[in-house]
Amino acid sequence: MAPTSTDNALVRVRGLHFGFGRRVIFDGMDLDLRRGQVTALMGPSGTGKTTLLRLIGGQYRPHRGSIAFDGQDVHRLSRAKLLELRKRMGIMFQNGALLTDLSVYENVAFPLREHTRLPESMIRDLVLLKLDAVGLRGARHLFPDQLSGGMARRVAMARAVALDPALVMYDEPLTGLDPISMGVAMRLIRTLNDALGLTSIIVSHDVPETLSISDYAYIVSNGKVVAAGTPEQVKSSGSEWAQQFLKGQPDGPVRFHYDNSDYGADLMRKALA
Amino acid sequence: MKKAIDILAEFLRGVGQAQYFLAATLAATPRALAKPHLIAQQIYSVGVLSMVITVISGMFIGMVLGLQGYRTLVGFGAEESLGVFVALVVVRELGPVVTALLFAGRAGSALTAEIGLMRATDQLSAMEMMAVDPMQRVVAPRFFAGFVAMPLLAAIFCVMAIGIAGGYAIGVELLGVDAGSYWSQIRAQVEMDDIWNGVVKSLVFGAVVSWIAVFQGYHAAPNSEGVSRATRNTVVMSSLAILALDFVLTAFMFKID
Repeated sequence: MAPTSTDNALVRVRGLHFGFGRRVIFDGMDLDLRRGQVTALMGPSGTGKTTLLRLIGGQYRPHRGSIAFDGQDVHRLSRAKLLELRKRMGIMFQNGALLTDLSVYENVAFPLREHTRLPESMIRDLVLLKLDAVGLRGARHLFPDQLSGGMARRVAMARAVALDPALVMYDEPLTGLDPISMGVAMRLIRTLNDALGLTSIIVSHDVPETLSISDYAYIVSNGKVVAAGTPEQVKSSGSEWAQQFLKGQPDGPVRFHYDNSDYGADLMRKALA
Repeated sequence: MKKAIDILAEFLRGVGQAQYFLAATLAATPRALAKPHLIAQQIYSVGVLSMVITVISGMFIGMVLGLQGYRTLVGFGAEESLGVFVALVVVRELGPVVTALLFAGRAGSALTAEIGLMRATDQLSAMEMMAVDPMQRVVAPRFFAGFVAMPLLAAIFCVMAIGIAGGYAIGVELLGVDAGSYWSQIRAQVEMDDIWNGVVKSLVFGAVVSWIAVFQGYHAAPNSEGVSRATRNTVVMSSLAILALDFVLTAFMFKID
């Protein structure tokens, strides 16, 4: 199910093959992130959703295939050019990955201090602006170990957009949040995307929540895209994989159990031993 | 046999990796030096915070040397030479070695655990994704700080052991060696060469311990067991490296005039 229009794609993934050792993660994947849109990437755990973000960021190198960011092949760039490119990407890691020796304020200021020569007063304005957007202006003096999981992720979100990147990648932004924080976080992703003119990708397995704020969605399984389209198209997709995932059924093409040996035989073997 | 070859290959792979890592660290150092506040912060955490343990250990080692040295020397009627005895042992040998062992336990293990946890909690990845090179921002300042702090700590150790509270307190104040002979014999017999021996040793030990510590931390498996193993490796490998290198350096510097 290749994407139909590729004219306005900020990130273009073509024929991506990747794996760890013998384990195949991506087996010929195609995917586009269109400019100005929020794209959702969903799939069962272990399908390499986080790995894809790292591939886009150039932390891993694909075995085959290409990933282009704004027309540049991410994995053919020199290290200096790659670092330059990464300034145009923001990423929010699953656990926040805040720098634990810096306060909330300094964490958000970190990319600005590293990559700009702005005067302190302007850094302060920018940091407070970003922190206000995630509702944590008042928490700026706290340290990461004093934050709840949800707060840490909101700080990470503020940090991800500190340099006003073109692309923001959210790795499981909703997992483990209470309903209020979840609602806030979702609206925030949408608002940030539209207000700042970003392109966003959300990697998640919170299906209804993620679909509700996405313009386009991909469902991935076994290293391939099994369904793609607008949230409505995906929901009505004919793919068995997609239906099993969206409805949360234990049986289907994706097996819930890790290995398939017979349970009864396993029990008997122990009894006999 | 095959297993032995595997172990050897694994060991050589580690050594090669560590050398490459050292080269990368040194390459990142000039740019790290451009941010002196980061270096100052690290010198504080590996150096200043290791001072208490260094000072206390120096005092006790000096006091023990005072007692033991006096007991031996007094048999020959040579207790006036206590100062030289303590000074040479401490400056040439115990100062750099004991300080380095303490440094490995106090600062090296902390460096490894800190960097290992930064790896385990994705902080290093996050930096890379923010286009900040962790070699430059995290590794190089810590390595450089260890290299600078170690000789300074060794110097403090020597001063504590020979002068203020160690040999002097026991020899002169307690056992009644003449203060004038204690100091004048040190001035007459301890040469610049002896001090250089100590300085070279502490520079080498500082570099090796910091190298092992940042390498182990950076390559720790990203989980709690990995960090614990890396921390243990740092202490064990640093201690062995210090003692072995001490022998090698002493052998190279050995001369009788």
